[in-house]
Amino acid sequence: MKRRTLLASAALALSLGTGAFAQDPEVTAGFIYIGPPGDGGWTYEHDQARQKMEAHFDGRVKTIYQENVPESADAERAITQMALSGADIIFTTSFGYMDPTLAVAEKFPNVKFEHATGYKRADNVSTYSARFYEGRAIQGHIAGSMTKTNKIGYIASVPIPEVIRGINSAYIHAKKVNPDVEFSIIWLYTWFDPAKEADAARALIENGADVVLQHTDSTAPQAAAKEAGNVITFGQASDMAEYAPMPRVSSIIDDWAPYYIDRVQAVLDGTWESTDTWDGIGAGMVGIGDITDAVPEDVKAEALELKDKIASGEYHPFTGPINKQDGSVWLAEGETAPDGDLLGMNFYVEGLTAEVPN
Amino acid sequence: MIRLEKRPEPSRLWTATTPLLAVALTMIVGGLLFAVLGADPFEAIRTIFWDPLFHPQFAAYSRPQLLVKAGPLILIAIGLSIGFKAGIWNIGAEGQYIIGAVCGAGVGLAFYPSENVLIFPLMIVAGALGGWAWAMIPAVLKTKFGTNEILVSLMLVYVAQNVLIAMSTGLLRNPEGMGFPGSRNFKQWDAVHNAEIVANTGMHWGVVAAFIAVIAAYVLMSRHIQGFNIRLSGEAPRAARFAGVSPARIVFLCLGLAGALAGMAGLFEVTGPAGQLTDKFNAGYGFTAIIVAFLGRLHPVGILLAGLLMALTYIGGELAQLMLGLPGAAIQLFQGMLLFFLLATDVFTNYRLRFGAGAAA
Repeated sequence: MKRRTLLASAALALSLGTGAFAQDPEVTAGFIYIGPPGDGGWTYEHDQARQKMEAHFDGRVKTIYQENVPESADAERAITQMALSGADIIFTTSFGYMDPTLAVAEKFPNVKFEHATGYKRADNVSTYSARFYEGRAIQGHIAGSMTKTNKIGYIASVPIPEVIRGINSAYIHAKKVNPDVEFSIIWLYTWFDPAKEADAARALIENGADVVLQHTDSTAPQAAAKEAGNVITFGQASDMAEYAPMPRVSSIIDDWAPYYIDRVQAVLDGTWESTDTWDGIGAGMVGIGDITDAVPEDVKAEALELKDKIASGEYHPFTGPINKQDGSVWLAEGETAPDGDLLGMNFYVEGLTAEVPN
Repeated sequence: MIRLEKRPEPSRLWTATTPLLAVALTMIVGGLLFAVLGADPFEAIRTIFWDPLFHPQFAAYSRPQLLVKAGPLILIAIGLSIGFKAGIWNIGAEGQYIIGAVCGAGVGLAFYPSENVLIFPLMIVAGALGGWAWAMIPAVLKTKFGTNEILVSLMLVYVAQNVLIAMSTGLLRNPEGMGFPGSRNFKQWDAVHNAEIVANTGMHWGVVAAFIAVIAAYVLMSRHIQGFNIRLSGEAPRAARFAGVSPARIVFLCLGLAGALAGMAGLFEVTGPAGQLTDKFNAGYGFTAIIVAFLGRLHPVGILLAGLLMALTYIGGELAQLMLGLPGAAIQLFQGMLLFFLLATDVFTNYRLRFGAGAAA
């Protein structure tokens, strides 16, 4: 037991946890992470959800994970080894694991796979993602209302539809409250690289941005904004509350725990089926972190109202009239975006000056 | 007092034993590290070095994976070692690897969806040419303008990375990919899929090429006049010039060879284990291969063994993460130690340890 104590005191989030199991676990759930659980963002929330799920099942479920798995040929091996080690269900938590997940799933028909943010499914592969763009709408609203320089910086990760949707949603809602707003977008082509993220944040701030939005996983941009002062940011994927009340004025929080509990329960019950889940604020998969006092009272009230309207389904963040960047009509007056358009989104809306990388 | 005394000539005994000593030291210090992290050090070391080969549950899968992982490392390291022997420091194999993959994949995709059997060989040639051409940039700059090939080749890695991003999100993007970056999946295109030649052995064409490269490099370096010229250029550049060896030719030969081999490795990886040209397929093989080249003492057979050892620590390291819950950073530290101890013990090849007071050096 001494080692266990040492382990706990070192606060190492080892997969076996600290307690002894009351009974033998019935199901092993594996997780493949793109970054370390200590990234404070994306992987952190997946890992929190993993721990909550394990605690929820109280010994009936054992979890294992592998961190820092690159989106290369290594991913396929990591997933295969996890399946070989006896995992019954494997969550692969980054877009780049899509084809590797499908390839391994074909070889292990009895193992269930859950791929986050992809679009390819099979009999034993489900996909799940969250409607982050709903949170982006609220972010855009606050950002547009609060910017004084009218310049908003955006640290974009990898040019996939999810990220482009976020940019469009934030822009549309910033523009609605502030027609003069301009977006500068920097693409990093990585989900997690604190050094690059900090550099990007500094470059944006030097160019006059007083709001920095990020779609990368670390807290480095928050730290850079704090250093610069008078710049506001939003927690990404996780609350990042350690940077509240300034620069972090709110956040988008991914809450995967209910989904993980639900899916593992289905494996326990033998009712697991391949599904496609895409939930937002309404279902609780996307949370909006506390809006701090740095935000003016009226802006905060509007933001919360917007949140409620999105949650209830009364308002869709992509409601026409919206034109594409080239001026062609995408959504007519009052029309809302069909999910198909959103899932494959590879264009900017009218007003954004940059180009989608291609 | 302890001091180092230069040996009249490098010790053969130490040359042969330092890699083993480095591995042993890595195991000891790594074991201590794992113990501090709360894992059983013996179990951790066994998981890393033994389980990938003999674990009843994993070995059938991970043994072939050793070849898959080692193949590109060996292929690149062989090319690099020849240059290193000549004192040409090509640090940019990663860039040559990337460009080879891009060129090879591009040539292949131009013929999609043809099932002609000649496409794959053509892609290999294109991959080799791509890597070769990328390596020619530092070669030309060095011979014409005297630039430093270390800096140029390294900087070109970052250029290559941006070319890769542009290609995987642009020209070579899968038109049926719903707007997501990444090329078509080569594994679903039989004519170009670099599949295992015999199922479940891990032997794909890239591994075959790596073995051929090992033999060819051995013959070149020990039996061929060019090999002699290369070694002479590295050990005694002035003597080489007097012997009529053109330094520029050696630069072109060494960089070109390394580039072509790295480019081929990239193509084999993209059409085989990676399966898809994405902005992250490369995974740093070009850099790891530098470690492999030195770990193998720049000798073809040594590189073969070093590549396999490196692959073992990767796969074993993954197993240790999975089975023992060791953090990924600890595994990387463990791998880093291997190179550190190798370089540290290397001192004894050229120096002798002397105890007691002696004449001041």
